[in-house]
Amino acid sequence: MSVARLPTGGQVGRDRTLRFSFDGKSYEGLQGDTLASALLANGVHLVGRSFKYHRPRGIMTAGPEEPSALVTVRRDAARSTPNLRATQVELYDGLCAVSQNRWPSLRFDLGRLTELFSPLLPAGFYYKTFMWPRTAWHQLYEPLIRRMAGLGEAPLLPDPDRYAQQHAHCEVLVVGAGPAGLAAALAASRSGARVILCDERPRFGGSLLCDDRSRIDGLAATEWVTAAIAELAQNPRVRLLPRTTAFGYFPHNHLGLSERITDHLAEPPAGLARERLWQVRAQQVVLATGSIEQPLVFPGNDRPGVMLAGAALRYLKEQAVMPGRRVVIVTICDSAYRVAFEMQAAGARVAAIIDLRPDPSPAQPDGWQQRLRQAGIAVETAARVLRTRGRGHVSAVEIGRLDAAGLPTGQRSIDCDLLLVAGGFVPSVHLFSQSRGKLRYDEALQTYLPGDSAESERSAGACRGLLSGLAAALQDGAAAGAAAANASGCAGEEPRFEIIEDSTAATAGRLPRAEAAVSGPKAFVDFQHDVMLKDLDLAMREGFRSIEHIKRYTTTGMATDQGKTSNVNALHHAARGLGKPVPSVGLTTFRMPYTPITFASFAGQARGEIFDPVRRTPMHGWAVRQGAVFEDVGMWKRARFFPRSGEDMHAAVARECRAVREGCGVFDASTLGKIVVAGPGATAFMDRFYVNDWSKLAVGRCKYGVLLRDDGFVYDDGVVARLAEDRFHVTTTTGGAARVLAMMEDYRQTEWTDLDVWLTSTTEQWAVIAVQGPRARELLAPLVDGLDISAAALPHMAVVHGTLRGMPMMLFRVSFTGELGFEVNVPSDQGAAALDAICEAGKALGLTPYGTETMHVLRAEKGFIIIGQDTDGTVTPDDVGLTWAIGKAKPDFVGKRALARPAMHAPDRKQLVGLLTRDPRVVLEEGAQVVDVPGQAPPMKLIGHVTSSYASATLGRSIALAVVAGGRARIGQTLHVPMPGGEIPVEVCAPVFYDPKGARLNV
Amino acid sequence: MSRQRFSGFSLLWNSLGKHQGWREQWRRAEPQAEYDAIIVGGGGHGLGTAYYLAAEHGLTRIAVLEKGWIGGGNTGRNTTIIRSNYLFDESARLYDHSVKMWEHLSQVLNYNVMFSPRGVMMLAHTVHDVQVAQRHIHANRCNGVDNEWLTPEDAKAFCPPLNIDPGLRYPVLGAALQRRGGTARHDAVAWGYARAADALGVDIIENCEVTGIRRDAGGAVEALETTRGVIRSRKVGVVAAGNTSVVLGMADVRVPLESFPLQALVSEPIKPVFPCVVMSNGIHAYISQSDKGELVIGAGTDAYTSYTQRGALHVNMHTLEAICELFPMFRRMRMLRNWGGIVDVTPDRSPIIGKTPVPGLFVNCGWGTGGFKATPGSAHVFAWTMAKDEPHPINAPFTLDRFREGHLIDEAAAAAVAH
Repeated sequence: MSVARLPTGGQVGRDRTLRFSFDGKSYEGLQGDTLASALLANGVHLVGRSFKYHRPRGIMTAGPEEPSALVTVRRDAARSTPNLRATQVELYDGLCAVSQNRWPSLRFDLGRLTELFSPLLPAGFYYKTFMWPRTAWHQLYEPLIRRMAGLGEAPLLPDPDRYAQQHAHCEVLVVGAGPAGLAAALAASRSGARVILCDERPRFGGSLLCDDRSRIDGLAATEWVTAAIAELAQNPRVRLLPRTTAFGYFPHNHLGLSERITDHLAEPPAGLARERLWQVRAQQVVLATGSIEQPLVFPGNDRPGVMLAGAALRYLKEQAVMPGRRVVIVTICDSAYRVAFEMQAAGARVAAIIDLRPDPSPAQPDGWQQRLRQAGIAVETAARVLRTRGRGHVSAVEIGRLDAAGLPTGQRSIDCDLLLVAGGFVPSVHLFSQSRGKLRYDEALQTYLPGDSAESERSAGACRGLLSGLAAALQDGAAAGAAAANASGCAGEEPRFEIIEDSTAATAGRLPRAEAAVSGPKAFVDFQHDVMLKDLDLAMREGFRSIEHIKRYTTTGMATDQGKTSNVNALHHAARGLGKPVPSVGLTTFRMPYTPITFASFAGQARGEIFDPVRRTPMHGWAVRQGAVFEDVGMWKRARFFPRSGEDMHAAVARECRAVREGCGVFDASTLGKIVVAGPGATAFMDRFYVNDWSKLAVGRCKYGVLLRDDGFVYDDGVVARLAEDRFHVTTTTGGAARVLAMMEDYRQTEWTDLDVWLTSTTEQWAVIAVQGPRARELLAPLVDGLDISAAALPHMAVVHGTLRGMPMMLFRVSFTGELGFEVNVPSDQGAAALDAICEAGKALGLTPYGTETMHVLRAEKGFIIIGQDTDGTVTPDDVGLTWAIGKAKPDFVGKRALARPAMHAPDRKQLVGLLTRDPRVVLEEGAQVVDVPGQAPPMKLIGHVTSSYASATLGRSIALAVVAGGRARIGQTLHVPMPGGEIPVEVCAPVFYDPKGARLNV
Repeated sequence: MSRQRFSGFSLLWNSLGKHQGWREQWRRAEPQAEYDAIIVGGGGHGLGTAYYLAAEHGLTRIAVLEKGWIGGGNTGRNTTIIRSNYLFDESARLYDHSVKMWEHLSQVLNYNVMFSPRGVMMLAHTVHDVQVAQRHIHANRCNGVDNEWLTPEDAKAFCPPLNIDPGLRYPVLGAALQRRGGTARHDAVAWGYARAADALGVDIIENCEVTGIRRDAGGAVEALETTRGVIRSRKVGVVAAGNTSVVLGMADVRVPLESFPLQALVSEPIKPVFPCVVMSNGIHAYISQSDKGELVIGAGTDAYTSYTQRGALHVNMHTLEAICELFPMFRRMRMLRNWGGIVDVTPDRSPIIGKTPVPGLFVNCGWGTGGFKATPGSAHVFAWTMAKDEPHPINAPFTLDRFREGHLIDEAAAAAVAH
């Protein structure tokens, strides 16, 4: 048996021992242990090192508020988790934990040397020094400081575990399964409401788990818990979530819950998620989040062996671990007395209770004094702990009283191996505050309590200040649960409980918290960050008066516990120092998460392929078979080029370009956005939305549409076909499909409610196969089941319905290549078949697949712009030569007013031009800048930049498009492109390099 | 008012007196009846403006009015990224002016603001991203701003945790690196400016909210009404981020600002593992490691306007998805704290720094998600503008009028989206 484990008692499984290691040394524990309780059972008290001074630290608490006992738990090289609180790590067989922030070992940590310099390192010291010489901060001091800082180490391998996410809805969400939470869940569930009950601990019951004296409805407290859980578990409308932390409270009763599924298992089943992130929308929320005991501030209050009294009680009752044999208890309230009785009853020697109150007895129940006498426990009233002693572990406390001047008198030393501290319980209002409920300060309890709610929420039990007495908490929970059920439309009734309370479980009668603090060396407020009272004093001396400033200057409450054991003491000390009442000092903001939550649980399944859904066209498989190289465009995979053996991109693109110009090519254009604008108001809608005039567009004809934002800059473009008087088939850019539809809906729903028009995305309904090149008609004609696609019947920019080998087809005569071109639209599920038919027929004609890169080159030869490449959101229609598209007679369209601004017509606006390098072999870099005066040193006067640049196989030379200030007036001029290797002279030309008259289109 | 000098020596000297000798870093000033200039807004930009007005323009009676505590707005809640590799000439000049000032700021203020030029790397994930990055690099080079292209392997060498697996959903195709970019300690910037300004006689008045602007018969500013009384001044600079529209509204000046919640988060601290700043605009991830060891991660803005300093959960989830993909070794790291700030966004995502139609009333706002990096430069040119009643050449393009005239400086659009 481990040294500190009692032979009987507790709620641990004794039939089997669990082996675990800490810093390489093996120990044994029991089922039901936390790592902290198991270490204590083995007499291990030194568990960690503090952040700043690397002081030895032990286990101070038994819960999520633990500031000191932080460890790394390693399952394997990839499954290593730093900074876990030993108080929350459930023991399993084979658990391997290591200490942190020490070198070379926990016992001999050279980092401890920093404490020798501690006089030089008060709060904020780093703001005052390390400034000379100037570059030394980054090169010398900062690397040193960084090495000293940090706690555990991040794993170096990717985490292989899986993480799940789930949404849930309920009438009543109860957070916390202590007495109030269990009672609330019982009351709500009996009304028929759907109830979710969660608790961060592995077992429900909260404080009832360490209460073996009270009785509820004739049952021992723990038996009552078992019965309550059984009742809830058999109700199909109740979901019980142990090991689940409600970490965030978002608007509209949206709460985030983090469930830990496998961390407590020795061998997690393969495939089981490690954690699950719940997002719950609850009609009503009951917060039964309990309270957190606070430490007291006195010199040496951080030594291993100093522990919160309530934590010791939990270790004793839940895990049958006696963390010390000779105990001194220091307290400002009655809660410590119960601990004293229990410790003594379990065999420890309580050497003394140091009660800071001058006369604690009036508030105490009858018979306590007698019990104390019987137990032989001495009570020192109005006394203080002046310091602690011990090497690596507390061995004695020095106590005394403070005289009127604050000087100690009557000092004496008491030997002990455990110093329990009872600084009073403070309600956990974290979630309430996150919900934006208003906190109010309660003078009697000296603490903040929930005031007015901002959400449909109730706080119940200890978290709303009912800190004394089981009956009050239970009945309050029951009332809250019933009220929540009623508010959600279920008929809730408040159950009544028959309760016989443990008469020692009182917590009342506190001393003013600020008066309880004893200053002096090593009197810590924030244990993890090593913030002492004198640091708070220094901050105030230096003029930091806002509690936010004090927090930030001293780093109080900024550690991984987020101030759960430090903020209250700091606040009261600051109030005293500033001479203000506590409520006027204010609070720092409670932020999510309540306790740290794993990154990967927020990411869930969004990893690898489904990080973002991949969109593939119906012809994707064909492109893969053709050996395409793909590029990501938005969520789409688009074939960029189709290399044949030995070809690089350049060679492949040159071949694909020649094929389209000389014969015919085939291109998958399915990713283009497609929106049907239909209804009696369709024409008016299009007239207001796009710059073009749509009223004269005949049914069966197409037009190139240009869309502006309301600031007058080009936003999107695409060919629009009029399918009927009241029906337009609008195409958008691939990336613009969703945002153009969203913008359309925005205008339709908010601005133009007078229009009767429907908008439907049809992007994924059509597979679009572009067949382009002088032989395109020859290829398609035999396939279209007799449809006349001659130039006369189907001229450029026309659309016709028909069939292709029996498949329904919408055939567009359009071209983005400058060649005779068609775009075959067939229903998506027939895209592959249609493409096969086209390819089969094209074999004889040398039909060549081409990708987006060739498409880019061909359109650049024609001077067709690509939105987002040749435009960047600062380009007007005129800048890119699209003034012709604007319907001049229209009264209004999106962006029209903005286009009237003077700067939109300035002669020196950047305009789209072509650039030809003097050396035809030189291909300019896209994004390269343009200057008119050569030989400048930076900063140069830049007049434009290259937007598109390619080697044109058709023209046998390089070509480029650029936007250049006053560019159209510069045609014929020589400009310069400054590159790291020298300037490249270029001649400005019109942006159409090939077939400027469009003769090849109209055939 | 002499200022106590901060140095290793003074720290040593004061340690002998148990640090009892340190004085207030800035006085708790009571508002005077009148000032030569008043700054509304005690963030980094406002405090810096007051400092430069006193230090470089010789104004002696200056007040900074802050409705809460100084540095409590976006100065104290941003992810502290500093860089100047902006695309447009106007922006590059403004932000590079700032970076050059950052390099000396600790010494100028005698306050260690911990400027750490650890390099800012911006990832490209698509062909389009690469084009945008290349355009930036070319423009920056010609503007004298450092910015260089890294291959995926170079990027990994610079930032070892980076995942450059080509099989990633959005693989890293390369990165643009500005080596002079980095981070600084945000609170120290506010406090350092406050202390330096205070030493020059500037009154820093916290818990003082402006409730009205009084104007004379000619329409010029003559006084501010505040929760601590009427304070006269004929020169008022409003540097109140999202609340600028509220304050300027008191003088009937409308500014084209929208305010959105922007979130950020930190992990628990770990030993040094992340040597630089990495940004991915494409998949929304911004990350660095603080000196304390926390991973500092910027999330996105909510879609809807709001003045609440918190945002929606899914915004953080989206960011952490990206972080977990780009840096899979951080998947087991845990979020310690999440918070929100309010970003004031103009239509072209560039700031407004200059005069208003109201004589004596000046404005500096609209910094959106990127104001921290500009703090010294912004304050410097804004002080010039207020002192001389005309803009400094660097902020001359950043007028309020540009939205009426159309001379926009659209950095957001410049990063335009894929075709």
